[in-house]
Amino acid sequence: MDYYREYILDHYRNPRNYGNLEHADAHAEDSNPLCGDQLAIDLQIEGERVTEVRFQGRGCAISQASASMLSELIEGHTVEEVIKLGKEDVLDALGISISPARMKCAFLSLRVLHRSLAIAGLERPNLDGDDEE
Amino acid sequence: MLASENIPATTPGTARSAADIRQDFPILAREVHGKPLVYLDSTASSQKPFAVLDTMNEYYQMYNANVHRGVYEISEEATARMEKARVKIARLINARQSKQVIFTRNTSESINLVAYTWGWANLHAGDLIVLTEMEHHSNLVPWQLLAQRTGARLEFIPLSDDGQLRLDVYEQLLQQGPKLIAFAHMSNVLGTINPAREMISKAHEVGAVVVLDAAQSVPHLPVDVQELDIDFLCFSGHKMLGPTGIGVLYGKRALLEEMPPFMGGGDMIRTVHLRESTWNDLPWKFEAGTPAIAEAIGLGAAVDYLSALGMEYVQRLEQEITVYAMEKMRTVPGLTIYGPEAELRGGVISFNLGDVHPHDLASILDQEVGVAIRAGHHCAQPLMERYGLAATARASFYVYTVPADVDTLVQGLHKALRIFQL
Repeated sequence: MDYYREYILDHYRNPRNYGNLEHADAHAEDSNPLCGDQLAIDLQIEGERVTEVRFQGRGCAISQASASMLSELIEGHTVEEVIKLGKEDVLDALGISISPARMKCAFLSLRVLHRSLAIAGLERPNLDGDDEE
Repeated sequence: MLASENIPATTPGTARSAADIRQDFPILAREVHGKPLVYLDSTASSQKPFAVLDTMNEYYQMYNANVHRGVYEISEEATARMEKARVKIARLINARQSKQVIFTRNTSESINLVAYTWGWANLHAGDLIVLTEMEHHSNLVPWQLLAQRTGARLEFIPLSDDGQLRLDVYEQLLQQGPKLIAFAHMSNVLGTINPAREMISKAHEVGAVVVLDAAQSVPHLPVDVQELDIDFLCFSGHKMLGPTGIGVLYGKRALLEEMPPFMGGGDMIRTVHLRESTWNDLPWKFEAGTPAIAEAIGLGAAVDYLSALGMEYVQRLEQEITVYAMEKMRTVPGLTIYGPEAELRGGVISFNLGDVHPHDLASILDQEVGVAIRAGHHCAQPLMERYGLAATARASFYVYTVPADVDTLVQGLHKALRIFQL
């Protein structure tokens, strides 16, 4: 139950792939009403591959660090691989166990990622509750 | 019949220390993450003393039965105990009659009851409802719903930079002839205690009805409905050492008598025919269905507990710990406290530490030192917007909070500074 390890704080203080893309092929944003975390994701897609990813947001260390880590799991990978990214991948990247109350923070970026792919017509929207913990 | 029962008058002022009072609360002996629990979230929900827990247990073990129905021993006992709790609550807030005390689920339901009954019957298109920018969502959303349905309009008393109501703007709003004023007696975020008596008297000068959200005041300071001359007063049991699931609406008799019922069902009726019914007397007219019996009786025990301490003394204890906490917390580098000075507030301190997100702060305090605080918007998003805040951390106190709790909090804040390298 040690959330604030050095590498997590490093991702929080120095987020990777931070910013936005002017001509994104996929974009989505969302917020977490519980604590006001905000997150937006832009993807550039060439052929089968996600060539660039940028995220922007503000919120707690868990939500922002997990977005930064997720962006590293996205960039350079095929759309097919990115579609398969799930909660386990985020938890593995974080490397800590997350209490139920903080799950929403940890998975905010994942939710926004899949929403962006759904809006771009690359993935079927998840209609039955992507909020479950 | 029950109002005449001989309940001994409370004898306040047995000046027990917070450390002594603390022994009455079993949960405060437990540990979290291997550390003693330090509970600093009483504004969200208070802890319960043995007296309340035992009283509720006794109901279930000794005289569990439905009320107002049975003609057998234990049902009559349950009814008598529940009605006795009503009398205790009436005495606490100095209601003229116990029938002015209506049991609800919580403050939200009490406010909704007024909005759906009095509001529906009395507000029309164009009528003005005056609220404030510091309201909890529960004293905001019911009025938004009412305004949407009736075409009434909403205006808001703004806040000063130090978290007080702008009474100059209130006076201007009163000149527009509002029908209804609703405001918090004490802010659940800033701790600000609003000058309710003065505000109510000014509202009455222009003929407005006033609803006071007393969720944070009745548990923490003396509240006298006759002295305030308040029309409707709403509060919750679980914030005043009582159980969840029980709340109170107090109303002036004439207003309550005029109002149509809220929910229909058993207990609230006098006669029922297939196509029409007539209503029961106060307070039962507003209490449809089997009530929260154990909870009502438990709340009665909580009122006994608070009355034995005396509400003036409760307020003084909290004032002392708040002064101590503000002093100690201000020694932490980068810490910002929101709201007024200690003497103008109750035992609530909202703050931020540098750029550490309040949720991270709450997690660190929980894991590192076992301190439970609240983090977020505290169900008061417009207030957060007013001060340009996404969220705050909030520590809040009650009669069982000791200086050592505050010291542990401060120690945790220093740990957070180290973790975030501030």
